[in-house]
Amino acid sequence: MKYVIIGNSAAAVGGVEGIRSVDKEGGITLIASEPHHTYSRPLISYLAWGKTDEARMKYRPDDFYEKNGVTALLGCTAVSIDRQTRTVALADGKKAPYDKLLVATGSAPFVPPMEGLETVENKFSFMTLDDARALTAALTPESRVLIVGAGLIGMKCAEGIRHLCGEMTILDLAPRILSAVLDEEGSAFVQRHVEAQGISFRLSDSVARFERHTAHLKSGSAVDFDVLVLAVGVQPNAGLVQDAGGKVARGIVTDERQRTTLEDIYAAGDCTLSHDVTSGQDKILALLPNAYLQGEVAGKNMAGGDAVYDKAIPMNAGGFFGLHIATCGDVHGEDYITREGGSYKRLVVRDGRLVGFILIGDVARAGIYTSLVREQTPLCSIDFELIRSKPQLMAFAADARRKKLGGAV
Amino acid sequence: MKRIYVEEKWCLGCHLCEYNCAFANSGSDSMVKALKDKLIRPRILVEERNGVCFAVSCRHCTEPLCVKSCISGALSKQDGAIFIDADKCVGCYTCVLACPYGCIMPTEEGPVQKCELCMKNASGAPACVAGCPNRAIVYEER
Repeated sequence: MKYVIIGNSAAAVGGVEGIRSVDKEGGITLIASEPHHTYSRPLISYLAWGKTDEARMKYRPDDFYEKNGVTALLGCTAVSIDRQTRTVALADGKKAPYDKLLVATGSAPFVPPMEGLETVENKFSFMTLDDARALTAALTPESRVLIVGAGLIGMKCAEGIRHLCGEMTILDLAPRILSAVLDEEGSAFVQRHVEAQGISFRLSDSVARFERHTAHLKSGSAVDFDVLVLAVGVQPNAGLVQDAGGKVARGIVTDERQRTTLEDIYAAGDCTLSHDVTSGQDKILALLPNAYLQGEVAGKNMAGGDAVYDKAIPMNAGGFFGLHIATCGDVHGEDYITREGGSYKRLVVRDGRLVGFILIGDVARAGIYTSLVREQTPLCSIDFELIRSKPQLMAFAADARRKKLGGAV
Repeated sequence: MKRIYVEEKWCLGCHLCEYNCAFANSGSDSMVKALKDKLIRPRILVEERNGVCFAVSCRHCTEPLCVKSCISGALSKQDGAIFIDADKCVGCYTCVLACPYGCIMPTEEGPVQKCELCMKNASGAPACVAGCPNRAIVYEER
């Protein structure tokens, strides 16, 4: 069996480990545009911050490819998939033949057309190791930085480079920061904390026109900057599958075994569409845990196993200048809100089940809540009043506890 | 593989497991020096309420959501047990959000900590088990 994996991040690594959990023999060829050993993309902000370095941020050890019998073609771009000859064509003219193919091509920064952007000299995205290297090299203690986008990428970038620059402004079209993962109160909570780091926000506003070192905003005001970071959004790299005739609906469409609509071609990670069990909607869940889990399921199935990924949930954890947030699921339902000292907690219940939550500050044992969301546990089977106060196994019935703590898992 | 199991009917709620855990992982050879007047941060946690009590520590899951969710590759499974490489951990707490048992603990220093079955400290075998006065925590194959 010949396996080919396009990509080299979480979904691809999940694919390798999934394949190897079933098939120890078949050759795996891994193709990636970036020349680097597999590294953790979300760690680039921690790299800039100095909390990790390029050696420690490797997602798997140096001998990962060798140990797993992977021929890694790094710095090599896949340009097309030929279903007739069952090959992947590479930019250097070579072809990689496959019996089973995994497309784990991730996503790329989405930069909407913006007038005058070509006049900006120092502009960066913040998605890859090379982006992080280039951005940090361009910064000086005097740099005035403008970050366009107050989502996770923009905010983590801000944290990562705050100590490397002078003034910093973050701009977003939305009226609040981190609007995809927090609610209004949560956004305001985190914003106050981040503002205390000497960062100013321009919200409900956008760039009308760039003019070298100035962003003229729709509201009429302007922001002067030396370095521009564009973190507006990302889009799935779905082109290879689309061009080969596979179904794409913004992201690559797969079934719960991670099969695309094309025979023997699987897809996983940020390039795919996921079924979010908490909202019932198909959406792009560009999150590392989701990518790994999808990749692993794809790998197992490629190798002849039978695995399904039917519990996709949005979940995000991270810190912003020491303030931690942990969020999960959907926020439409009945709210249970607790405000305590430096913490904010919102649990959302719908149809007798926990469908989502937002925790800011105290995130200890948050995974107990996540498991209620993932498993769609009927809240009538547990002591909800107790678990609302804080996540704990005591809230489960005695026999459920015995199973959790006394059985092999 | 051998795992730590708890029998809540035998648990006295004495919290000795927490102290033994903190001591075993302190790197110190004196329990007094390691724990006296300190806020201990054990990797095992006793839950208690209305006369019911039990200790909770990492289950070393066969399908570990923490390892699969770890964004840095700091958590790994080796011979069935799950270890944290504190050098690689950036303290994002994605594992805290993923663990269904609430057994990965944030620390003041940044990296998370978790039960490693005392395989990486001088104790060599789970100190919580060895020190449990009522055999409410056992280390065995099931």
